[in-house]
Amino acid sequence: MIKLRKILAIVLSLSMVLVFASCGGNGEEKTTEDGTGTSADTTKIPANFKIGIILLHDENSTYDKNFIDAAKAVQTKLGLTNDQVIFKVNVPEGNDCYETAAELVDLGCKIVFADSFGHESYMMQAAKEFPNVQFCHATGTNAKTANIPNYHNAFAHIYQGRFLAGVAAGMKLNQMIEDGKIKADEAKMGYIGAYPYAEVISGLTSFYLGAKYVCPSVTMGVKYTNSWFDIGKEKEAAQAFINEKCVLISQHADSEGAPKACEEAGVPNVAYNISTIGLGPNTALISSKIDWAPYFELIIKNVAKGESIPVDWCGGINEGSVVMTELNDKVAAPGTADKLAEVKSKLISGEVKVFDTASFKVDGKTITTFKADVIPDEAFTPDTEAIKDSYFSESEFRSAPYFYMQIDGITGAIPTN
Amino acid sequence: MKNRETMHEPLIRISKKDSMQWYKSWAVRTAAIALALILCAFVIILLTGYSPIEVYKAVFAGSFGSERKVWLTFQKVAMLLCISLAVTPAFKMRFWNIGAEGQVLAGALATSACMIYLGSKLPPAALIPIMAAASIAAGLIWCFIPAFFKANFKTNETLFTLMMNYVAVQAVAYCIILWENPKGSNSVGIINPSSHFGWLPSLFNQKYLLNILIVFSVTVAMYIYLKYSKHGYEISVVGESENTAKYIGINVKKVILRTAALSGAICGLAGFLLVSGTDHTISTTTAGGQGFTAIIVSWLAKFNPIVMMLTSFLLIFLERGAGEIATVFRLNQSISEILSGIILFFIIGSEFFINYTVSFRKKNHKEGKK
Repeated sequence: MIKLRKILAIVLSLSMVLVFASCGGNGEEKTTEDGTGTSADTTKIPANFKIGIILLHDENSTYDKNFIDAAKAVQTKLGLTNDQVIFKVNVPEGNDCYETAAELVDLGCKIVFADSFGHESYMMQAAKEFPNVQFCHATGTNAKTANIPNYHNAFAHIYQGRFLAGVAAGMKLNQMIEDGKIKADEAKMGYIGAYPYAEVISGLTSFYLGAKYVCPSVTMGVKYTNSWFDIGKEKEAAQAFINEKCVLISQHADSEGAPKACEEAGVPNVAYNISTIGLGPNTALISSKIDWAPYFELIIKNVAKGESIPVDWCGGINEGSVVMTELNDKVAAPGTADKLAEVKSKLISGEVKVFDTASFKVDGKTITTFKADVIPDEAFTPDTEAIKDSYFSESEFRSAPYFYMQIDGITGAIPTN
Repeated sequence: MKNRETMHEPLIRISKKDSMQWYKSWAVRTAAIALALILCAFVIILLTGYSPIEVYKAVFAGSFGSERKVWLTFQKVAMLLCISLAVTPAFKMRFWNIGAEGQVLAGALATSACMIYLGSKLPPAALIPIMAAASIAAGLIWCFIPAFFKANFKTNETLFTLMMNYVAVQAVAYCIILWENPKGSNSVGIINPSSHFGWLPSLFNQKYLLNILIVFSVTVAMYIYLKYSKHGYEISVVGESENTAKYIGINVKKVILRTAALSGAICGLAGFLLVSGTDHTISTTTAGGQGFTAIIVSWLAKFNPIVMMLTSFLLIFLERGAGEIATVFRLNQSISEILSGIILFFIIGSEFFINYTVSFRKKNHKEGKK
């Protein structure tokens, strides 16, 4: 009978749809290299200590893999068992997040951590219900004002890393100009962003400023995919930039779409969160990355010692939270590594400020004042003066970025609607 | 090869069986599940090296590990069942409504809009019925549009309902930009987090109980509607043969429109329950692919709402078990989805052996012919 065949056809095709969502790599445990300097550990983590980590996707997403790797590194470093570090993968940004957090509390977790912006309201809901458990949320904006003592936010001064990645990109542009491949005014970069959100705008601006720091004639176009993970759209955006004669591309989105398109076209690419040298051996230049290990280590140790967790924590180059992946010598311009080391030490000493108001203009004018929307409210009221001592003080009033301007030299950063 | 006549007789012949006694058919199904579990055990040992017993324990714990998990399991079953109930009358009528996803989103969008714009203006006694009515209407319209074109212009409803999913997703994406908090984050967050305006109330301190009871009553109503009402009869006749339906004087156009409207309305209700009773937010993934899973639930149960309680439970059980395996053994979800795939394959395969006989070519056939 036809009916049965139809059942089979429908069910089989649908089960494929269900299965496709997660493919590749089995979950064998890999020990990751310990990035943070090993100091003699005196803190003993009790055997009954547990931390639960809620992830939006699994390790197939570079964003989530970055958290998984960091947590596993800290687990190894502190000698915790698999039962003490519990991962909950593929948790959507809805009621499931609250339920998963509650479930982790039931399992005895002293800390529950969530990695995605949309998890925040559900983490706050759970934090109110379980006052004896610490809830830590990456990229969130509410901890400072929510007045929930066991609820915390964390982020990193990733704009420092983006700036360094920009310096590497600028060096590459200079090399192209010197070799006569492009003229100075043809040094145009393309940047693929997920959403026109402060985090993305802050990141793309610092990347551009890094490039401009070494290559003053650089310009940059921005395209948004309106998705954190869309291989097709990211690839198309990269190809569009290449057609527009962009000579270097970077992105803030989580798929391999752009790096692959760049490799096919032979255009240098700067990535984020993971090294893409494997995807583009001839074009991947460098990546900036947030290393979450210092934060995980901090919260685990503090809770084990009975100390409090910072309400809103932001780590930078100093803390080892912002790191650069391996520089691809095959792609990088000569002298890049030395230049990066030099700029890095200047960032640490404070000699170079990423958002130095002398280094950029908005609509032809130098910025002397900017009210940022730091305190979350429904009307997005600008509430805090962010310019201080002639630089924009990103991530100082709140860990989550709030830089929201389109500076001269960049086009398409803030969509007009 | 010598005797050409034997070529007409294939080695394997498949023929329709008379209906099997219920206990025999259930024995076949049980055997299928047992075989599936044995095969899964081999897969687990070969691919992961873990003990299959431990893995099965984790699967069970995924749904029943704690009281909280049990409630959430039933809540998830209720949601999937609700959407499955919605697609059932349409499928029974051979109206391929694969747009449940979009219809649920349309309902969810209507609910969220009411919560955001009317939340503080109306008392709960007025707000919640308005929200329910608005979302049912939204789901209904979303399914009625393709049905209208099918009934009047013979358009293909499979493509049309599918396309309507994308329209719904884009409509939600647009509204998220209007409502997102903070700007550019693409996230609406919990709606009315402190005032709880437009949130479905908890019954006996159980926040999912009302959802579950609503879906249970819809299930019973749907069973009666399909089995005992004149409408239900008309749906099956139209589904079997439109010409027969016309011949016995059924207004086919009217039945198509009415049934599609019903299908969309229940999807809208599911959207309402998902936003008002569960997530209290909206995103493009609010329906979460359940509009498609619902089709499996409905077909597996052969459109019987009571059996659908079992099949939706089975799928949720497998899904929650998959998540638990991923957590306990730190495997990614691929392995658990392989296991779910094997189990579903065996269950669907068993239906084949219940409905058909497989006979092999008899050895003495040649002699018989002489």
